[in-house]
Amino acid sequence: MGTWISRHKWLWLTFITILVPTMNLLIHWRIFIFLRDGDLTPILYAVLAIIWGVVGVYTIYLSLNWVVEQYSVKWRQRIQPLIFVGPALILLGWLLLYPTLRTLILSFMDESSVDFVGFSNYAAIITNRLLLSALRNNLLWVVLGTFSCVSMGLIIAVLADRSSFEKLAKSIIFMPMAISMVASGVIWKFVYYYKPGDEQIGLLNAIVVALGGEAQAWASFSQPWNNLFLIVILVWMQTGFAMVLLSAGIKGIPEESLEAARVDGASEIRIFFKIMIPYLKGTILSVTTTIIVFTLKIFDVVMVMTGGQYDTDVVATQFYRQFFMYRNNGYGSTLAIVLLIAIIPVLIFNLRQIRKQGGGFS
Amino acid sequence: MKRRQKKKGSKWLVNGILGFICLIWIIPTAGLFVSSFRPAADILETGWWTVFPHKGWETEEQMTLPKDTDLKEPIEVSGVNYSDEQLKQGVTTTEGQKLVWQNRRGRIIDVQEKQWKTNAVFTLDNYKNVLGGKNYEITQSDGSIKIEKGSNLTRAFVNTLTVAIPATIIPVLIAAFAAYAFAWMKFAGRKTIFVIVVALLVVPLQVALIPVLQNFTALGLNGTYLGIWIAHTGFGLPLSTYFLYSYISQLPRDLFESAFMDGASNFTIFTKLILPLSVPSIASIGIFQFLWVWNDYLVSLVFIGSQPNVQVLSMRIAEMVGSYGNDWHLLTAASFVSMIMPLAVFFALQKYFVRGLMGGSVKG
Repeated sequence: MGTWISRHKWLWLTFITILVPTMNLLIHWRIFIFLRDGDLTPILYAVLAIIWGVVGVYTIYLSLNWVVEQYSVKWRQRIQPLIFVGPALILLGWLLLYPTLRTLILSFMDESSVDFVGFSNYAAIITNRLLLSALRNNLLWVVLGTFSCVSMGLIIAVLADRSSFEKLAKSIIFMPMAISMVASGVIWKFVYYYKPGDEQIGLLNAIVVALGGEAQAWASFSQPWNNLFLIVILVWMQTGFAMVLLSAGIKGIPEESLEAARVDGASEIRIFFKIMIPYLKGTILSVTTTIIVFTLKIFDVVMVMTGGQYDTDVVATQFYRQFFMYRNNGYGSTLAIVLLIAIIPVLIFNLRQIRKQGGGFS
Repeated sequence: MKRRQKKKGSKWLVNGILGFICLIWIIPTAGLFVSSFRPAADILETGWWTVFPHKGWETEEQMTLPKDTDLKEPIEVSGVNYSDEQLKQGVTTTEGQKLVWQNRRGRIIDVQEKQWKTNAVFTLDNYKNVLGGKNYEITQSDGSIKIEKGSNLTRAFVNTLTVAIPATIIPVLIAAFAAYAFAWMKFAGRKTIFVIVVALLVVPLQVALIPVLQNFTALGLNGTYLGIWIAHTGFGLPLSTYFLYSYISQLPRDLFESAFMDGASNFTIFTKLILPLSVPSIASIGIFQFLWVWNDYLVSLVFIGSQPNVQVLSMRIAEMVGSYGNDWHLLTAASFVSMIMPLAVFFALQKYFVRGLMGGSVKG
């Protein structure tokens, strides 16, 4: 009798183990097809899609977990973790791990991904004029952009700490972080706007004219200096980030050491360089690395401002062009890998820094 | 607090410099905001700052010169001689008036004086225009009327919400399940797998785009909501998992033990205990992910492509920059529409946003 039940149980388990995942797959695929091809009004469509997306994911976990709960304790303990991490791992494997490996392989293939070409794509990066200028510009972005963001952030954080409107000032400086890079692009395009004639409607040109200078089309004039005007946008957006983190660091500087230095007659500037900067070293490093990673991947700003014309291409925009306009998979993949290689050391450094400060995995 | 009150003199200086920097920071956005309410023709004629009181030339009276005035000869106006070229450009007289041709053929001259004035004409037309899909009449600077098709950002706004809400909740939910398992469940290769997940933080999006795009095309997911949700979920997972893990793993062990004693399963513990307890950190990473998805341009550009029904705000605006580069009345209003949501989230939930940002600083 006991053996019959366990056999019966075994059949039942097999049945639900196959049925539940299959049903999940079928039902969600049916809903997907219905939503994709259905002719619904946009609002109704949006509401249905949101409900499906959110409830759907939850029911997948719920139903799969229900199946696992039918198993014996021993098996449940083995399988349940897979239900919990499984979806995450499948998505990560599909969307990040596998593509990275594939892109790596494609970077050794020719433009249509048919023949193996060895390192010639990598060689092209340092010989091809377009790719080389993208690299050079990206370097300019990383060096100048990061330096300006961090130093501006530091100055503002110190000033805000001593001002009478700290909160307001921080909100104002920080606000651009919430704005998309596309919208920021529009904002700055308007600031830089150039109109032939004497009445300028772009703020920068109006100021230049008022000071007796001559109006310019800033995003396209004397290359490669026009890149600087794009980098300003990055500084405008990212300084807030540096400021928030550095400001938190400044609050942690012990009052006594500052007081002691003042008693000794040290000037504020000396205190800034001799006490504050050494104290903030860790924060400055992690802010710097974070902004470097962000800047290495800069894309939207350049795309909206110039589309990469006038010699303003960076690696990410050049990558986009190689793939989608010139259809050169080899160059495109190589550029992506170059980005990856540039980011790895910075990010490892950054993660270590975060770990040292006690956040996360330990 | 003492050191902040110490030097009264330097405090003025500090406030002054900081105030100046804040002004520089806010002016570009303020310009966009003001312009978005100005009539189309005005935006192109005068700078947005002229809506504030300023001194400008205002026509006081008109003078008609004799019809037979020879334009090649010096032209006499109230006893002083001017050349035709000077009058074209506008010339300042000794009394501080400005003379400029109003109608050269009719020999009519505008006599202008510097006066305080404002160009404070505001309208909601730009917003009506970008939000609605109908046609709008726009009076241009020369008085002619141009018919323009509205750009129907309402649709793009709804689309962006439809993309952003699930693309925020799904990855955070999946990440929370995974983070719980990494923190509190035992399984083979737990540590190794976790390290791999964190390592994926370094992968720049660009690396993943093409292979995923090919898969999506094969599966018919390209240009669908499901496709873009999956993409955002995958790209957001390493960070969300890492972020939530660092929170969930710090929860006290006793919590779990007593719950297990009561016979609760992992699933119950997770949904009834861990999720409610993790609300602050879920809020932080959720806000961060939401803003990231809302503001994203590259992922949408690649996976939605030109599907007009699914297009999100950032794509529409980037497209408008390309096709109506000089129609500032549309661009300014459209950008502001796209900024409303992130700015609202930012000001309402600044505390969580800052926390998410500090943890989210390594997003790949």
